[in-house]
Amino acid sequence: MAAASSGTVLHGVGVGRRAAIGPVVRVQPAPAVPPDTVLMVDGRPATPDQVRDAAGAAFTAVAQALTTQSSRATGTVRDVLAATAQMAGDPALRAQVLSRVAGGEPPVSAVDAVVNQFAGGYLAERVTDLRSVRDRVVARLMGLAEPGVPELAQPSIVVARDLAPADTSALDLDKVLALVTELGGPTSHTAIIAGQLGLPCVVRVAGADQLADGALVAVDAANGTVTVDPDAALRETLARRELAEQALTQDTAPGATADGHAVALLANIGTAADAARVGAVEGVGLFRTEVLFLERTSAPTRSEQAEAYEAALRALGGRKVVVRTLDAGADKPLAFATAPDEENPALGVRGYRLVRTHPELLDTQLEALADAQRATGTTPWVMAPMIATAAEAREFATRARAAGVATVGVMVEIPAAALRAREVLAEVDFVSLGTNDLAQYTMATDRLRGELADLLDAWQPAVLDLVAATARAGVELGKPVGVCGESAADPLMALVLVGMGITSLSMSAGAVPAVRYALRHHTLERCRQMAAAALGAPGAGEGRAAVTALLSDDARTVLVG
Amino acid sequence: MAERTVTVASRVGLHARPATLFTQAVAATGMPVTIAKAGGEPVDASSILFVMSLGVPYGDQVTLAVDGPGADEVLDGLVALLATDLDAPADPGTPS
Repeated sequence: MAAASSGTVLHGVGVGRRAAIGPVVRVQPAPAVPPDTVLMVDGRPATPDQVRDAAGAAFTAVAQALTTQSSRATGTVRDVLAATAQMAGDPALRAQVLSRVAGGEPPVSAVDAVVNQFAGGYLAERVTDLRSVRDRVVARLMGLAEPGVPELAQPSIVVARDLAPADTSALDLDKVLALVTELGGPTSHTAIIAGQLGLPCVVRVAGADQLADGALVAVDAANGTVTVDPDAALRETLARRELAEQALTQDTAPGATADGHAVALLANIGTAADAARVGAVEGVGLFRTEVLFLERTSAPTRSEQAEAYEAALRALGGRKVVVRTLDAGADKPLAFATAPDEENPALGVRGYRLVRTHPELLDTQLEALADAQRATGTTPWVMAPMIATAAEAREFATRARAAGVATVGVMVEIPAAALRAREVLAEVDFVSLGTNDLAQYTMATDRLRGELADLLDAWQPAVLDLVAATARAGVELGKPVGVCGESAADPLMALVLVGMGITSLSMSAGAVPAVRYALRHHTLERCRQMAAAALGAPGAGEGRAAVTALLSDDARTVLVG
Repeated sequence: MAERTVTVASRVGLHARPATLFTQAVAATGMPVTIAKAGGEPVDASSILFVMSLGVPYGDQVTLAVDGPGADEVLDGLVALLATDLDAPADPGTPS
């Protein structure tokens, strides 16, 4: 593997618009070792007793290293590392692996078998920790580089083949300047985390494996580039852009086009604590309630939930709040509700569909939301995820209104719901488009498969057709249609969405200033021209280019330049 | 063999943080304590993997057992721990 030389420019897909310059720190991938690999000692295959001793030593060493690393860390990172350390030191895990290898089973196969046996059921949420222990033990045993996230000694650019949620939670984010991955896509976990934290991020960077530890690189998310040893000119350009970016955040007026057409600019949040931190936005367009349900053996009670919803409503002091009911399943399994054996979880019992197996979960949540509404005098907008039919929308609306929820909506993220948007919208007060899942289901492309990122592009005309159909239904029925997916955070796409008739845009709070700026510099009529251009384009890239050509000169310099 | 049955008082159940604190306390005793759900097989109570796999919800009973010197005192301490709400007012802030 040759290291990339000075001046080399690598290309990928940028997430966000920021840039950063700093030294590279590489995250080591999981060891790729066939399960039947034989452990060698002094050039000879090890005896079962030798393997047992080596495996025992590997578990001990991994647990110790994680404990030490945890004791030097703080906050969430400390907790994540401590939890992983505890698993590495787990007596049952260790004893079962040692007994298997003592019986002659190859060590990697033994570790995998025991890990797989625990990885399910009530441990579903901890599978990433368990796999992390597996990778570290196997690497230690086979004499390979320690996998996972290294400790960051100074502010750094983190470069990985891909980052798992466990990797990012073990990162000391105060020392992360930017994220660069070889795989992943713009809606992958890494990209979403980067968006929430306002970190520059470039995914799908071909040749990222050639970036050496310690090399100085410039990461430019706006252009999707990673430059090795940036020259003075590039440094100056990036510094100038950073100043312009900071200037954008000074403007905190409500969102509107140049000719005064109002578009609510909202933030996505996951907890009541996030609600207190959102800053100058007009409200919350997506309150994900899953966090309340994770890491538990049973659902939170009505009063526990009401308390959390009330705290969020109060933190936002009467501003609009759109609450999404529990969206568990697929990549967010719940110990007490998710069926462990779904072959195709993205198409399985997830989101609103949990009402088929666990109706009490939804009813309790709706009652708690109504309680919070009564206690605060603020009316939350409440919507269900993963609605496929008008009948499901009606059923949800009936349940919600029976519980006392005043404003009821559903998410449009399944193509079936977008195609029948009029009928769906007729049953509820509003809809919100989840463009990440809508793209995934329209293009039959797994959101987590980075190599298919081009198909998942929200600029794909087929995806835009469904968004436009939904927006049109809203205009015809005079009901609000919002967007709460990643595409709302892209200033160019935001202009297109407004041109289609979308009434609110919800995104990570950090993305609001650039979207606000974009809207303020274009009239509604220009937004409509952009929507027509994007819909009329033969492909995603052409659509984006056509819209870029319609930007005002000022906006092009600030947003694209 | 000393044995004690106790109701789990943590609101999240014997999971996550409560499970961590409990198994650490068991390990600190250095004794072979087991834990079982009503009618279930006893498992090693110092194993976070076993304890979380039990999936004991808030309000359910578990039975602790141990043999050896000072068994009663050991169980007194562990029973008191399970009868407390061990779930700190945490804000995991998990992004999704």
